[in-house]
Amino acid sequence: MKSTDSPLVLPLAALFVAFFVAPLCVLVALSLSTDANIASFTAAHYVKFFTDSFNYSILFETLLLGVKATLVCLVFGYPIAWICARSGARLQSIIVFLVILPILTSVVVRTFAWIVILGRQGIINQVWTAFGFEPLRLLYTEVGVVMVLAQVQMPLMVLPILTVLTKMDPNLADASRVLGAGEWRTLFRVTIPLSLPGVIAGCILVYTACITAFVTQTLIGGARLIYMPLNIYQQAIGANNWPFAAALSVIFMVAVLVIVGVLNAIGKRSEVYGRA
Amino acid sequence: MDAPRAAVDMEALSLRIVFGMLAAIAMVFLIGPTIVVLLTSFTPSESLRFPPSGLSLRWYWALIDADQMQRAAWASLIVAFWTTVISVVLGTAASLAIARSSSKWVRAADVLFMSPLLLPALAFGFAALVFISRMHFSPSLTFLVLGHVIVCVPFVLRTTIASLTQLDPALLDASQSLGASGLMTFRRVTLPLIAPGVASGAFLAFMASFDNVPVSLFLSDERTEMLPIHLWQQIDTNLDVRTAAVSGLIVILTLVLMLIAERMAGLTRQLAR
Repeated sequence: MKSTDSPLVLPLAALFVAFFVAPLCVLVALSLSTDANIASFTAAHYVKFFTDSFNYSILFETLLLGVKATLVCLVFGYPIAWICARSGARLQSIIVFLVILPILTSVVVRTFAWIVILGRQGIINQVWTAFGFEPLRLLYTEVGVVMVLAQVQMPLMVLPILTVLTKMDPNLADASRVLGAGEWRTLFRVTIPLSLPGVIAGCILVYTACITAFVTQTLIGGARLIYMPLNIYQQAIGANNWPFAAALSVIFMVAVLVIVGVLNAIGKRSEVYGRA
Repeated sequence: MDAPRAAVDMEALSLRIVFGMLAAIAMVFLIGPTIVVLLTSFTPSESLRFPPSGLSLRWYWALIDADQMQRAAWASLIVAFWTTVISVVLGTAASLAIARSSSKWVRAADVLFMSPLLLPALAFGFAALVFISRMHFSPSLTFLVLGHVIVCVPFVLRTTIASLTQLDPALLDASQSLGASGLMTFRRVTLPLIAPGVASGAFLAFMASFDNVPVSLFLSDERTEMLPIHLWQQIDTNLDVRTAAVSGLIVILTLVLMLIAERMAGLTRQLAR
């Protein structure tokens, strides 16, 4: 049975090699070449990136944007998962349904909604100015981008945590309480440590989704807030500088992989800790 | 004995209040934009102010004449359809191997198949464009669909593998010891049992493809404009009120499809395990 099933992986593997691995290899080659024809090799594009503070500050701002949005998702998503795990099957379905609704609704539509909400005459400012305050600038600011990213990517945080929480043995939290620990102590010393694998999985998904969210970053952030995906797009299409766009893509992908690797390593350790 | 007991209950109460408030705020933020889109799409006026001054179907009727939007919607539906078909066929086959095999090659393939979820889709879209122009092809519907399959197939794999790992292997042994061939066991035993997982994955892949911008931006040819990109340009330039009606329509269709997926395949249960 085992050996006869393995070939079933081959069709998809062939597609991935031909249309995912090969393009990425060509991309790396292009990032190291002098022009779009990949004739001779140079490291100039990487040198240009790391010697130009404008470029590496974009990378830094992008990575930081992900941290902010992920933290917002964690602070609001953990309580949703915690309440959801304690609810009956029906209420649980309703909560999950409402949580996944934004991520399934078209990204452009979602962003459009946020423009109506965050704009100068948007809902938030209508309420705000009704109290006599000056209108807030939310659209085209980083605060706005973080809010929208957190809303859209929330399910990626809630679902992995919910999965871990529903599988957790409720006796452990009960034991903690019987032994005299209060609810908060039980939360921080038992429940959260045991749910760390879910938290880490959620953080990885939310983080990578947020830093690569081209449409949201561009429409809510506007043209002045430049993050890595827009930078790559502008170099590739606007400036038609393919080798530099390729170098930016490679640098961005390596940065994402390093961060995922580190978070994964922390996740592995937390699983060991959870079992002990 | 009464005093400490009361103290513990106070603490339990404070935790419930704090978590309840955080979750309530989050839920308002999660659902609010959807409601805003729905209400705005029924506006009778020329502007996109919220709340709308009344309710009318004016802009929905205006969609009947919106040729460009309709063409874009068709193009997106066709690409999403083929992407889903290919993702389900290749993804289900690969899931069978991944769920049952422990060979390190199959493990590596699993990691490879999941990586488009983590890597920037825009960088992949660009890489694919570079690749096909190196091969002296130009962007076409075929390449667009293949590019979408790469970024959408992880959804099918995730839900299908999850259903397969919960499948009782004794059922497969029983089927085979009763003389059923491998293919018959798959059709009569495995497939009906994993169908909800496959269907949920297919639904997610369809929505992800219909919604995709970063890959379409590089791989669609000049003649075919995809709906999300068309809408994006509308929002970025003139904020046509018809955009609100299309958005409202997309929200309504998404809700209907989600309810169908929930009834037929238990979508929320598939995702929460």
